[in-house]
Amino acid sequence: MTESQTNLTIADPKMSARDVKVFYGEKQAIKGVSIDVGMDHVTAFIGPSGCGKSTFLRTLNRMNDTVASARVEGEITLDGENIYAPSMDVVQLRARVGMVFQKPNPFPKSIYENIAYGPRIHGLAAGKADMDVIVEKSLRRAGLWDEVKDRLHDSGTALSGGQQQRLCIGRAIAVEPEVILMDEPCSALDPIATAKIEELIHELRGRYAIVIVTHNMQQAARVSQRTAFFHLGDLVEYGVTSDIFTNPRQERTKDYITGRYG
Amino acid sequence: MAEHTIKAFDEEIDRLRGLIAEMGGRAEAAIENAMLALQRQDKALAAEVVADDKRIDAIEAEVEKLVIQVIALRAPMANDLRDVIAALKIVSVVERIGDYAKNIAKRVPLIATNKRTLEPIALLPSMGQVAGEMVHDALNAFAARDADLALAVIERDTVVDDFYNSVFRTLVTFMVENPKTISECAHLLFVAKNIERIGDHATNVAEMVYYAATGQTLPERERGADIQPED
Repeated sequence: MTESQTNLTIADPKMSARDVKVFYGEKQAIKGVSIDVGMDHVTAFIGPSGCGKSTFLRTLNRMNDTVASARVEGEITLDGENIYAPSMDVVQLRARVGMVFQKPNPFPKSIYENIAYGPRIHGLAAGKADMDVIVEKSLRRAGLWDEVKDRLHDSGTALSGGQQQRLCIGRAIAVEPEVILMDEPCSALDPIATAKIEELIHELRGRYAIVIVTHNMQQAARVSQRTAFFHLGDLVEYGVTSDIFTNPRQERTKDYITGRYG
Repeated sequence: MAEHTIKAFDEEIDRLRGLIAEMGGRAEAAIENAMLALQRQDKALAAEVVADDKRIDAIEAEVEKLVIQVIALRAPMANDLRDVIAALKIVSVVERIGDYAKNIAKRVPLIATNKRTLEPIALLPSMGQVAGEMVHDALNAFAARDADLALAVIERDTVVDDFYNSVFRTLVTFMVENPKTISECAHLLFVAKNIERIGDHATNVAEMVYYAATGQTLPERERGADIQPED
């Protein structure tokens, strides 16, 4: 790090990264990022395309494991436990650290089954009645229950884009995660569906640690309380969202958020 | 400062700054001419100051419209956001400064009927000059995003306050000694008060400039005592 990153300290962080570096083959995508993510705030990662924000997000539940050429150095902990330790059960980790993707990707199954799948494989439901409770609770938390309660056995893919994305959030919630990672969750949605997701994020705040990657700075400003700006693999600045958007400390942050980038 | 990727945004910001520079220049001229009119008892010049105030009001309206447009269409952030918010607040203050100058000009015909030379008249132009310079520097500081110049303006406010106290005492003495001057002195007292308020408003502009330039608000400062207890 050349530029001093604003080291926002978070008491009792849910996840901590220390000097995390990510390489794709020879190319270094993340150049030593240290950051703490707290339970009480929605944290937004912003930055131009290729800055490493999505790559870094994916290190938080070891999604980069699926990329053959990717190599992660440094330490990332969840509740103080190193998630890259050999003893870490990756399936369990991804239940604790759920993820929602850019494009809604419901399973080609019923709405009910989309939610029930995770709890079933993790053995969270004792029986059908138990599962019904989990499905309803998850869909309610995802703000989708009232819209789908009469057609739980219709295909998840028959829903609108925004509903599909809320179904995916419901699916992540169903396995009782502690952290939810969202990678551009609204970029394929219209403004109304986007507003519903943002409202949902607001409602979920505090129950889960939420980290959202977004290209839309207004969205970061609207949904998050902490913002991290990434540029060329560096974490340039990490601070209180309202400070970042009214008075950023770093020149690079200022140029990016005021639309003077490149 | 680097340009915005969207050129039209830069053009709007430039136009905003241009309008504020013009408005500041007009407010400054209004103060200067009002004081000149008072000194020379020049009713025509005073009437000109009153008439010119309309342009200052019009610029305020234009800036307000432009700021709303920029916020709605460009969603300005960081220093851009601070700039447009400061612009919006500054124009409402400068409009008031223009009103004070107009108010001084309006009193000229009322004071001009009396030919006696009063000592405070000698003091008022200097007081007006300091206040005018504060307005000038506050708006220059905005144009240059110069936080230090803004601070220098704020420090000068006490000079205007001291002038005011001095004028106040002199006028009271005059009125006590010669009750026939009361009407004239009362008008001059209002003139002095108006100038004192111009100084306060220039200080407010400077505080906004400081915020726009640095992102920091100044701590609540000690207000100069513009009213001192009678001895």
